[in-house]
Formats: sequence, structure tokens, C-alpha cells
Amino acid sequence: MATLELSGIRKSFGPVGVLHGVDLSVADGEMIVIVGASGCGKSTLLRIVAGLETPSTGRVRIAGRDVTALEPADRDIAMVFQNYALYPHMSVAQNMGYGLKIRGLPRAEIDRRVREAAELLALGPLLDRRPRQLSGGQRQRVAMGRAIVREPKLFLFDEPLSNLDAKLRVQMRAEIRRLQRRLGVTSLFVTHDQVEAMTLGDRLVVMHQGHAAQVATPMEIFERPADTYVAGFIGSPAMNFLAGTLVEGGHAVALQAGPVLRFADGPRPGPEEMPLTIGIRPEHLRPDPGGLPLALDLVEPLGSETVLHGRLPDGEALVVKLSGPGPREGVLPVSLPPAALHVFAAEGGKRLDPVA
Amino acid sequence: MSTTEATPGLALAEEAAPPERRAGADWVAHAVLILGVVLFALPLWIVLMGSTHDAATIGRGETPLLPGSEAAANYAAAWSRGTTGVPVGRMLWNSTVMAFCIAAGKIAISILSAYAVVFFRFPGRRLAFWAIFLTLMLPVEVRIFPTFKVVSDLGLVNTFPGLIIPIVASATATLLFRQFFLTIPDEFVEAAKMDGAGPLRFFRDVVLPLSRTNIAALFVILFVYGWNQYLWPLLVATSDEVETVVIGMVKMIGSESNTDWSLVMTTCVLALLPPVAVVLLMQRWFVKGLTETEK
Repeated sequence: MATLELSGIRKSFGPVGVLHGVDLSVADGEMIVIVGASGCGKSTLLRIVAGLETPSTGRVRIAGRDVTALEPADRDIAMVFQNYALYPHMSVAQNMGYGLKIRGLPRAEIDRRVREAAELLALGPLLDRRPRQLSGGQRQRVAMGRAIVREPKLFLFDEPLSNLDAKLRVQMRAEIRRLQRRLGVTSLFVTHDQVEAMTLGDRLVVMHQGHAAQVATPMEIFERPADTYVAGFIGSPAMNFLAGTLVEGGHAVALQAGPVLRFADGPRPGPEEMPLTIGIRPEHLRPDPGGLPLALDLVEPLGSETVLHGRLPDGEALVVKLSGPGPREGVLPVSLPPAALHVFAAEGGKRLDPVA
Repeated sequence: MSTTEATPGLALAEEAAPPERRAGADWVAHAVLILGVVLFALPLWIVLMGSTHDAATIGRGETPLLPGSEAAANYAAAWSRGTTGVPVGRMLWNSTVMAFCIAAGKIAISILSAYAVVFFRFPGRRLAFWAIFLTLMLPVEVRIFPTFKVVSDLGLVNTFPGLIIPIVASATATLLFRQFFLTIPDEFVEAAKMDGAGPLRFFRDVVLPLSRTNIAALFVILFVYGWNQYLWPLLVATSDEVETVVIGMVKMIGSESNTDWSLVMTTCVLALLPPVAVVLLMQRWFVKGLTETEK
């Protein structure tokens, strides 16, 4: 159990820059999820913390100690790999105890820890099996067990759930969360799956092109995304973006699609006629006879909800999520509730908060 | 799994075929197979039978196809005396030592060099690999005279080291191990790093156990390769002390008139036995190593 501090982490492979200065401070016992599309640098960041890569510049501190120059084994951390990386020729117990054996712990101590971890993970009857005799979920648990027996300061998870089928993934997700709470070990979890990110993390780091686009709690990221990338990445179906300009001295937006909407929470800073991007989540759009006509071109009924894809008169695409059944085709008039609007600068995509 | 479901359909198709045609196809298939068996087995059979007759029978130009009565006497004579004064028992021992050391040495050297080439980043890594790879294209014969010069300058002519060491490097085995090591996921290496296993520890605890079947398969192939060495022992092993059975046999066949053919054939049979034993003993591992990977 420890804090983790990353300061100014940059990494480039030859001429290709992967990380452009990431700062992050993780509290003791916190679970941080690093989420982003593939190629955003999230795995590289995790591998730098693990010591499998060295940062081009920047420092990694675990529990206040600078570990940037240390080997992975000397950092007192444990990692769960995407493909589990269980040694196929060793039994479950040997796999779990291998790190301890190398560390030269006495046999009895190794046995005790392996047994404890196995009990925690319901692996008791499987200790003598080989990895190939296990199911995906069991292998996943063994990989966790291998991390647990080390009693590390820090857990690192590198997309550990992406090889499981959907049902098992949900189950293991909850299991990992429960276990992490119970053990209280500071953890970094890398994933590209936003549902995993939202459900697992105390805080999320949304990575975008080698930057941390936003670091915040899941709900804060959902409710107040820092820029259009984060807004579009978190939430499913993704947030709609409409073009508009700032009018009425910053109190309203004139949408390209027609209507002028007054902000519910106060004026935005910026010159008159400044181009804006207005974000609104599909579930916040309301059918309204007096609203904008949305010409539907695809309707996806999902049972409990319906997702409607269509185009506004000015050609902008819009997705609407309705609870319950919806129309099958035709034109659906929708309105944009001002309270649900997210306002971003069109240039740079940064969020514009109301002037206090 | 889906193929087993498909078999009922296959069986139906077979039943539907006209029985006469099937019988005809069977007959042809059998004829081809029998021809193959005869081609492969007849020489062996002639040697085996020849080793059970006295020298005179073969000297008369007969080719006996049935067992004779001299088996015990021939084998005893060959084992203890041979025909050139070197007992075949000694030759077999020499051959076994040579083949075993070549196989073991080749495996030890090639697995270590493949490990270095695959798992370490060092300057000249590609160069090292290509240098090893290129020697694949050079047959032993190309470098045999310089090699002989070196061995003779070192005073190793007519010694086991002189017989074995020049043959012990193996580009083929290095290449095979390299290809196998490339299939070991990077995550194993990283997991081992997290576990704190150094390079030698990783080699011993992970790479070596995973390579077990490959090692067994290569051992069989290399043992037979070593056993069959001809040109190099012919040059470098001229004394009786280190004479191998392959060379010994050639020496036994002197001039046509005074060759004891029954003893030559007896020696042939004896020379066959150790490689056959190695193949049979390691067969299970051998097949596994060539067909499956434990992952």
C-alpha cells in the first residue's frame, strides 16, 4: 500500500512521441483506471510504472521513493497481464509462488501465502493443475493470485479482462473491484473499455494522443467532460456534437441547425460570434412536437431502450436514445434541454464553463 | 470438433461408392505399399540374413534370403575381433561417444546462442544471427581442409575432441531454437522480470522446460547425424583407438577377394542398432517435439 506519483513522464520511441508529459498523483489505496483508444499511450504509461520501459524524461515515485532507475523486480509491484502470462509448465501453485521462490522466501511462507491467496480467489482445488487445464476465468484468477501473493505496494492491470467473454468479464470486473477494496492496494488499471473504466475506477485518467485529457472521478468525467474528446469517448452511444456560435453577450448559442438556446447556467466567456461546439448526450434529447425535425435513417430497438440515428435539416447527424419503444421511421421532432448542454470552444475543443 | 460432426456424411459417401471400384483401389494401394516395403526392407533383410551365414556362402556369389546357422559365431567374432584387428564393440563405443557428444554439444551451444539472439538486445545482434544463418549454406566439405589444419596444429588428430569439436556448432539447430523461442510470448519475459528472475534463471526455469520436446526431437536427429559422420572421421581418426564403426566398415571392405562379407554384414547390423535404439526410446518425445508446442 502506497502512493504513486508520476511527474512529467515523456516517452518517445525513436522519432515517434508516445507520451507528451503526463502528471498523475495516486492516493494510498486508490484504484485509478487509465482509459483511452488504442495507441493513446496508456499501456506505455503502465509499462513505465512497471519498469518494463524507461521514460525519456520524468520521474516515477512509489511511496515517496524514486524508482525511475530501478528494475521491475525491485519496485515492489505486481502486474496482471492481458494474456495472463502463466508459465505453462508450472502448476497453479508454482506459478503463484514463483516470484516468492526467486526472492528466497522460506517454503513454508510461500505455501502459506499461496494457500491464502487461493482461498481468497476460490482456487483451492486447482492448485495442482496446469494453466492449460483451466478456463479463461480461472486463469485470470491465477494471474491475480500471482500478484496478490507478492503483497506488493502497487497492482498494475494491463487490460486483464479483454480476453474473457462478455458475461465473465462483468463477473470478473466486480470480483477485481471487491478484491481491490478488500486488500486496499493502490492500483492502476489500463483498459480501452469505458464501461470497465466507469465501474472500476475511483478516478479515471482519459488518455488522448499521449496526454492525460482529464483526470477525475467517473461521474465528474461523465457530467463535466474537459474537452470534446473526453465527451465523445465516455458514454454510449457517444455524445452528439452540433456547431453553433456564441450570441447575446455570451448568454446563448445560435445553433447552425437553427434555434437559439439560452444557457441554463450562466454566460460563457468569449467574444460575440465565437464558434462553439455544443455537446448533448443522446439520452438527454426529448421528443417534442415543437422541436427540430430529425429525419430518421436508422432505428435500433434494444428492448429497454431505442437508439435512433437521423439527420437535422442542416445535415448534422444526431443520435437520440429513448427509453422504451420509439418510432420506426419518419421524422421525429426533438428538443435540446438547455440544462443538458455541454459547451466547448470549437477551436481546441476545451470545455467552457459559465462565468461565475 | 466440427469435423467429427461431419463424419456421418463422409461415411455415407464411402458406402455409396461402388464396391468393385473400391476393391480395385484397395488392390492398387496395397500393391504400391508392398512395393514400397520391399524396396525399403529388402536390403535390410539381405544384410540381416547375410550376417547369419558363413563367409563361404556369400563368397560363392549366393544371396541368401533365409537364416543360416552361423549367426552366433559371426556376431561373437565381429564383436570381439572384427576383421581388421579392431573389435566392432570398440568401434561401436567410439561411434556412440562421438554421436552422443556431437548431439549434446550441438544442442547446448545452439540453444544458448539462440537464447542470446532472441532475448537480448545487443549491438551486432542481427549480424550475429545472419553470420550463423549464412553458415547453414556452407557444407562441411567446404571448410574441411582449413579445419583439418587447425585440428592438426592443435595436436588433436586421433583424439575424441578432434573428432567432435569441429562438428559441434550447428546453424540448423540454432535456427530451429530461434524459431521456437520467437513463439514464446513477450509477456513471459516480462512476467519473469516482474518476478525478479534474471536471464539465467529465466532460461533455466522457463525456456529450458518449454524447449524439452524440441530438445528431444533435435537430439534424435543430431545423434543419427553424428553417428553417420563419414568424411571428417575418415580424415581425422586414423588410429584404431578412435575408429568409428562407419569408418571401420569401409576398412573391412578391402579388395573384393579377401573381404569377409558375412562379418561385414554382421557389423552392418550392429551399426544399425544404436541409432534405432535412440529413435525408439525417444520416439514419443520426438513426435511431440515435431508436432506440438506446449502452450
